[in-house]
Amino acid sequence: MGEIIMNNEYILAIETSCDETAAAIIKDGKVIVANIVASQIESHKRFGGVVPEVASRHHVEQITLVIEEALQTAQLAPKELSAVAVTEGPGLVGALLIGINAAKAFAFAHQLPLIGVHHIAGHIYANALVQPMVFPLLALVVSGGHTELVLMRNAGSFEVIGETRDDAAGEAYDKVARVLHLPYPGGPHIDRLAHEATEAVDFPRVWLEEDSYDFSFSGLKSAVINYQHNLQQKGESIDASAVAKGFQDSVVEVLTAKTLRAAREYQVKQVIAAGGVSANKGLRASLTHTFKNEGIPFYVPPLHLCTDNAAMIGAAASEMFKARQFGALNMNGNPGMALKSWLVEQ
Amino acid sequence: MIWLGIDTANAPLAVAVMNNDEILVEIKQHIKLTHSIGAMPAIEEALQRANIEPKAINAIAVSIGPGSYTGVRIGVTIAKTLGWTLQIPVVPVSSLKILASNIDSTTIICPVIDARRNNVYAAIYQGNETLLDDGHYSMETVIACLESYKASVNFVGMDAIKYEEQIKNILGDKATIAPPAKSLPSAVEAILLAQQMTLPMIEAVHQLVPVYKRITEAEANWLKEQQPYDN
Repeated sequence: MGEIIMNNEYILAIETSCDETAAAIIKDGKVIVANIVASQIESHKRFGGVVPEVASRHHVEQITLVIEEALQTAQLAPKELSAVAVTEGPGLVGALLIGINAAKAFAFAHQLPLIGVHHIAGHIYANALVQPMVFPLLALVVSGGHTELVLMRNAGSFEVIGETRDDAAGEAYDKVARVLHLPYPGGPHIDRLAHEATEAVDFPRVWLEEDSYDFSFSGLKSAVINYQHNLQQKGESIDASAVAKGFQDSVVEVLTAKTLRAAREYQVKQVIAAGGVSANKGLRASLTHTFKNEGIPFYVPPLHLCTDNAAMIGAAASEMFKARQFGALNMNGNPGMALKSWLVEQ
Repeated sequence: MIWLGIDTANAPLAVAVMNNDEILVEIKQHIKLTHSIGAMPAIEEALQRANIEPKAINAIAVSIGPGSYTGVRIGVTIAKTLGWTLQIPVVPVSSLKILASNIDSTTIICPVIDARRNNVYAAIYQGNETLLDDGHYSMETVIACLESYKASVNFVGMDAIKYEEQIKNILGDKATIAPPAKSLPSAVEAILLAQQMTLPMIEAVHQLVPVYKRITEAEANWLKEQQPYDN
């Protein structure tokens, strides 16, 4: 009996859209062979947020070290790779350009196909590294820069059915954390305080129009700031835990309710959460509980695949590789890149 | 020995391929095209025209700055990625020295790159001597420095003309500004300068970063905050 020798698909993926310099190697779109992340968070802490020029400078320092470590961990030579993938956008343009130019140079040096991946497609495909994605699928993407509900009718097809009209959820977390004098990044601190709190300050829920899947968090953020100002003027001290819980309850309730309504309307077979804020325990618990009751499978990737990483870019790139969606050496950073489908809907 | 030269430190793009001291291909352009779009296709084209595979490159000369932060980072990122993955040395060359090499002269040469708000990246060279180190200066400082020398001065760089009035007011006829055709950086000059230097270790490529000559505004403010009583 003749044996068919199948060559494995190995994709080198690079991600530098914000403050993590990351490289990964993904086998057959599912298996993480290497996943290296050099975080800059310690450097940006002193500024209370990510400074784009500082981020770009760190990316240049780290980029070849991170790619080298990924190849060494995978014990692969460049000639064994199938393609090079990189985050093309959205993100900080100066930061994106480092990953993109490194990816282009590497692809050129070894004459490999180049794949430009949308950062959000990456966050969604992080789930493909954990269990197979089943369509139609609804993804709630929540991070420092994004709050979106994305409907996927098929693999590689994306419809943004709702998005934030002002602040991203993670942005609101950071701003509220600043009001509460919590260290940067504030999200995990608010999550922890909310978890410990016994009482919650009552903050508004912003639902927008009845049929809208869009979000708005700037009003909630202002409500927290006003609440703090009022107490300050009265000379009263603020109960940070109660504020954290009140804020988080509002965010989580709106995110959960809109995700549930969309899941019902589009009769999806799977709901997933993705992005840095999906690491939030309160949000995870609420979504898990809600979709358990609803009888729709809900998944959220492990923490290290929720925050920015290159493994997720490799997972999305694997689908693009199959669809032969290749980029060229004139690829530019696309800070406002729209999430576009790469497969014609069936 | 095959050399690849890259200069993306400012608006113009320069790429060259040389075999020892012979030019095989030289690309020089000054059009409205970002380096992120233009640099890699230019490198591919230069090598294709020279009929040289990427793996046949033996060394890279790259303009290390100072200049546009984003511009210089693109050239350096490409150079260090190629250098690391092809396991060849990358030689960093001053963007100001590259500009100065356009002028064949024994008099004083002052390459200038605009850094906005009447500031420039500049240096003052005479022959092999450096009279003022590469740096970020106010244009007044540079002109005052040049005033103290008797010799005539050749300004070079696309941005020098912006300061023509200021230059002529103080230095008068002793200053000349190179014409635009002599003011674009040349990757051939970058390679020739690199050939005069000792080749760095291949491993040094990981440490290669642009020479910015300025810390970021955020870092400057942060440092100020750390010393509230030190004015």
